[in-house]
Amino acid sequence: MHDHRDQAPKQIRNNKAGLLQRLTELLPGDALLHEAEDLRPYECDGLSAYRKLPMLVALPSTIEQVQAILRLCHELQVPVVARGAGTGLSGGALPHEQGVLLSLAKFNRILELNPQRRTARVQPGVRNLAISQAADPHGLYYAPDPSSQIACTIGGNVAENSGGVHCLKYGLTVHNIQSLKLVTIDGELLQIGGAGLDAPGYDLLALMTGSEGMLGVIVEITVKLLAKPQRAQVLLAAFNNVVKAGAAVGDIISAGIIPAGLEMMDRLAIRAAEDFVHAGYPLDAEAILLCELDGTNEEVSEHILKVREILNQAGATEVRTAKDEAERLTFWKGRKAAFPAVGRLAPDYYCMDGTIPRKRLPEVLAATTELSKQYKLPVANVFHAGDGNLHPLILYDANQPGELERTEEFGGKILELCVEVGGTITGEHGVGMEKINQMCVQFNSLELTQFHAVKAAFDPLGLLNPGKAVPTLHRCAEFGAMHVHHGELPFPELERF
Amino acid sequence: MSEQDQDNRAALLGQVERAKATGTPLCIRGGGSKDFYGRQPVGELLDVSQHQGIVNYEPTELVITARAGTPLRVIDQALTAENQMLPFEPPHFGETATLGGTIACNLSGPRRPYAGAARDFVLGSQVLNGKAEILHFGGEVMKNVAGYDVSRLMCGALGTLGVLLEVSLKVLPRLEHEVSLTFELGLEEALENLHTWGQRPYPITATCYDGDQLRVRLGGEEQAVRAAHKRIGGDALAEGAVFWGKLREQQHGFFGSSKPLWRISLASDAAPLDLEGKWLYEWGGAQRWLASESEPTIIREAMAKAGGHATLFRNGDRTQVFQPLPEGLLAIHRRLKTAFDPQGLFNPGRMYEGL
Repeated sequence: MHDHRDQAPKQIRNNKAGLLQRLTELLPGDALLHEAEDLRPYECDGLSAYRKLPMLVALPSTIEQVQAILRLCHELQVPVVARGAGTGLSGGALPHEQGVLLSLAKFNRILELNPQRRTARVQPGVRNLAISQAADPHGLYYAPDPSSQIACTIGGNVAENSGGVHCLKYGLTVHNIQSLKLVTIDGELLQIGGAGLDAPGYDLLALMTGSEGMLGVIVEITVKLLAKPQRAQVLLAAFNNVVKAGAAVGDIISAGIIPAGLEMMDRLAIRAAEDFVHAGYPLDAEAILLCELDGTNEEVSEHILKVREILNQAGATEVRTAKDEAERLTFWKGRKAAFPAVGRLAPDYYCMDGTIPRKRLPEVLAATTELSKQYKLPVANVFHAGDGNLHPLILYDANQPGELERTEEFGGKILELCVEVGGTITGEHGVGMEKINQMCVQFNSLELTQFHAVKAAFDPLGLLNPGKAVPTLHRCAEFGAMHVHHGELPFPELERF
Repeated sequence: MSEQDQDNRAALLGQVERAKATGTPLCIRGGGSKDFYGRQPVGELLDVSQHQGIVNYEPTELVITARAGTPLRVIDQALTAENQMLPFEPPHFGETATLGGTIACNLSGPRRPYAGAARDFVLGSQVLNGKAEILHFGGEVMKNVAGYDVSRLMCGALGTLGVLLEVSLKVLPRLEHEVSLTFELGLEEALENLHTWGQRPYPITATCYDGDQLRVRLGGEEQAVRAAHKRIGGDALAEGAVFWGKLREQQHGFFGSSKPLWRISLASDAAPLDLEGKWLYEWGGAQRWLASESEPTIIREAMAKAGGHATLFRNGDRTQVFQPLPEGLLAIHRRLKTAFDPQGLFNPGRMYEGL
């Protein structure tokens, strides 16, 4: 069976000098970091509760160098963790103590922008927002817009299948890329996808997207660009009850309208955002909805009238339409700053990322409130309401002994609840290190074994990002949650191990 | 619920267990409407057509889950009743077409470049693998990044990785208003128009050029469709829905030829290829149909040069249907096949020889 080691193979442990010597033959001196002080900036990603120093950091600048590094690591059986900007929130880029941290920061060029094809061929270290900025003069843009788009890289977006506030209408990363260049663990360069809208064979493009650096290292990406909508307009609706706000979301979609963005915030999040950026949010509301409509002028005008009517019918206490572009941006500013705003309320916060069927929102929110009392930790809720992606933010203080552990346990309970109501433990942040235990709740041992077999088809020695994304069965047994999907175990007479 | 609804998993699992014990290759089949597609089917019939029924449909959540043997027309009816649709506009190629076959072939219709392919709308699946295990991947929510995206990997795998038992799809509201337009144009001018319009935010939902007429479908909110029509011009096409339906089902006159029919997929702005035969352009130029007696090797080589790929869609010699894969990719295909179906039971050779 496939052994998915959390540990590095024995023979290379403590042989840093030997590895460094071999890497020096492949890379210029300034492309290798090995002193503790130089390694420090790489010890964590956006999930700073988890920290480890890598053995070495390699900063290649050509595909040939990446190939050579991987070939060497394969030969010496050294783990490799790829890293973009390190903005990920699940510890996916957490280094391996006996491994090489492969930074793709130097792959930061836009190689080609083809307005006629509406594609951009870019290196993985290009920032998400930089693509839209480069496409802007042609009236085009790259649709997925994670909140960290100013800093996060497109390579990381592919690894995590990142979403954003506009993904209900425009899809996730997987819907917006056309091809990849990938280096396998044995150093082979592969082209996945093609110049057309599809490619022969299995859909490896989909398999690679969201694979969290477990299957290969992405060294080039061709993304699809879209024509910028003629107009975007946003409505802000206040509700005195979160259940009503949730129902309003269903009403909008039932009316045949797919908003470009549809976001909800609860009372605590509203207050935090208002104190922070003064977006003019109504402070007496229990929930607000932000609904962005885009398209042609005519379409947006028509839809604003309809949505306004729907929101009023749904019991909104107030509905505002941004009067100009400046006010539209102000409305969004509060939402986009929600995380740092909530961060001001406590020394630390922990962001969860479950997705649920939207109709289950009332019970999930009620249960979260109950758990919040039980664990004595406040929660602010920010919600991609259109697609059911919840971001409960648990407020805590890491300096209080035991509080981080309590927070993680509380967060774990929220995720398990998401699975219970038919949702998932991660909508867009990835499993990484953070949700590895909850994977045992979402998937049974047969499914996890199938994932390990997929991994082994690309990386039989388990060298790429070891210990992340898919837990070992052993780990799940220790965690003690063997899983039942939707409350039904098909054919219980089958052996499970 | 319909009278045909039936959970036939136990029987399917039983047959796969027996096949596993005896090493019997299986030919997975729903309604048989895509028997013509891919390399020659071989093996003992594994009939999925009895495993039918819509398991869950939540119009306000934009999600439908159905058993793989559910006829596509049953799904279409259920969605139409709620004023929704499958956005990828799948071709049926026959009354008996099922959901499972549609996803296994990843076939999409005229709306594909503007809305997405079948694979873009798959949210989750239940799969029976070659070890006779029933596995769930993905789910019924729009955003889900837990585990590898096995559900999408199943799209277009022609059943070679496992038997689809259930599929969850994202659905969308039907477009309020549609107008079809026609322009009499030469090839060059037609393609140029397509590229220009593609860079503008026009609500285009289908395009087709048959060598004489460029046809364009606009869809969306009524005012927006009217405004776009005014901008791009063209004559209104009577019976537009009939035209696009026939095109999708390959009942358009072009497809009447008994010559080998090639599906060419390449960059939308790729120059017209110098290959003998009759051409029909779709998808803004990214999907081109070629009815031609040319040697397959000549067509494949032209594809390799143009950066695209060719599929022998109908007629002709089925020994090699899909564009050959480079060795590195083929090796990964073989290992993935082994990961899901270690004994090679499912649809052996349907996609590539030895896979």
